[in-house]
Amino acid sequence: MIRARRLEKRYGDKRVLRGIDFELADDGFLVVTGPNGSGKTTLLRLCAGLAVPTGGELTVTHERAGVGFLAHESLVYRELTAVENLDLYGRLYRVRERRERIGMLLERFGLWEARHQRAGSYSRGMLQRLALCRALLHGPELLILDEPYSALDEDGAALLDRELAELRDRAAFVVTTHDPARVEPLATARLALA
Amino acid sequence: MTYLADVAALARKDLRLELRARDTLPAMLLFVLSTLVVFHFVLPGESSDLAAKGVLWVAILFTALLGLARAFVAEREQNVLDGLVLAPSDRSAIWLGKALALLVFLVLAEVIALPAFAAFFSGLGAETVAAVALADIGICAVGTLLAGMAVASRARELLLPLLFLPLAIPIVVGGVGASVADAPGRYLGFLALYDAIFALVSWASFEYVVTE
Repeated sequence: MIRARRLEKRYGDKRVLRGIDFELADDGFLVVTGPNGSGKTTLLRLCAGLAVPTGGELTVTHERAGVGFLAHESLVYRELTAVENLDLYGRLYRVRERRERIGMLLERFGLWEARHQRAGSYSRGMLQRLALCRALLHGPELLILDEPYSALDEDGAALLDRELAELRDRAAFVVTTHDPARVEPLATARLALA
Repeated sequence: MTYLADVAALARKDLRLELRARDTLPAMLLFVLSTLVVFHFVLPGESSDLAAKGVLWVAILFTALLGLARAFVAEREQNVLDGLVLAPSDRSAIWLGKALALLVFLVLAEVIALPAFAAFFSGLGAETVAAVALADIGICAVGTLLAGMAVASRARELLLPLLFLPLAIPIVVGGVGASVADAPGRYLGFLALYDAIFALVSWASFEYVVTE
């Protein structure tokens, strides 16, 4: 469960978020929209525990091990292959049957053939798919996704649609998007930042 | 055991990255050898052993600084540090894994640099080698913490030497002292104490360096 009350975030003199209120149940799906610079990414970083609020209250009951985070960047090493990157995260998250899980995700996201290529040689869309594999690797109960559809082609976006629909009953979601219609059928709550 | 497994996985990853990119160790090797060659010609032939030992410690310190400046480059690209910080493992494992990898790079550079120093200047005693080994631990412990601090800053190239060099003065004092004093035990003990204190402080404070 995530609960925000009068949430505020400042960086120096600049106020990025102000008076944000929302509540997300363990099976909720929150869609966050807003123009560039409205604080969507900051809100997600707060929910993930990568930043701390400067005002108000934010309660996140999920532990770090149960959070999957998809950022603007892929959070993978460019000099490591897809398998090596996922293996490192799998070890740190203590994923059971790590190799099987990695193989399954790479196959599902269409990266199996490129699994031994360095991430630095991937296209932007392939990096996004790898980042999704990384975020889903440990079977998180809270998924925080920042523009998950960005850089994905139609096949990739359709694949992500299916993944989200499949995971919908097993996890809570906080998703930012410029295309809210895409995730509208899954949404239980909406937050528009100005 | 899981903590050590995390440290091993993170250190192994850094060694693998260096094997692939080869952009830290070759630079350190080239720098330390160039420094020794330059000072070989700069110092007059009748220079004292004391001056030569000083050159050795300056070369080691700045070679380490070169490695430290590149310590978190791979994490800065693609914001990988966020991914590591979010993982449920103890965040000090990131520091320890990185410090161990840097220690390997520094030791490898010194495996070449120390014989080169002996060839260009004067022989090396066991006490100097022991002092270098102890200094390496302190340099990597405190340097990794400061490199982690600097990586979040825009002026990281400037900030790291400004933070690191003052904190490395005790290492130079202990290292040079152990290399030239008649009774090096006191200086070696000093270096060991420095290592213990700064390793503990760095281990305990790294979490606050990589989180807000």
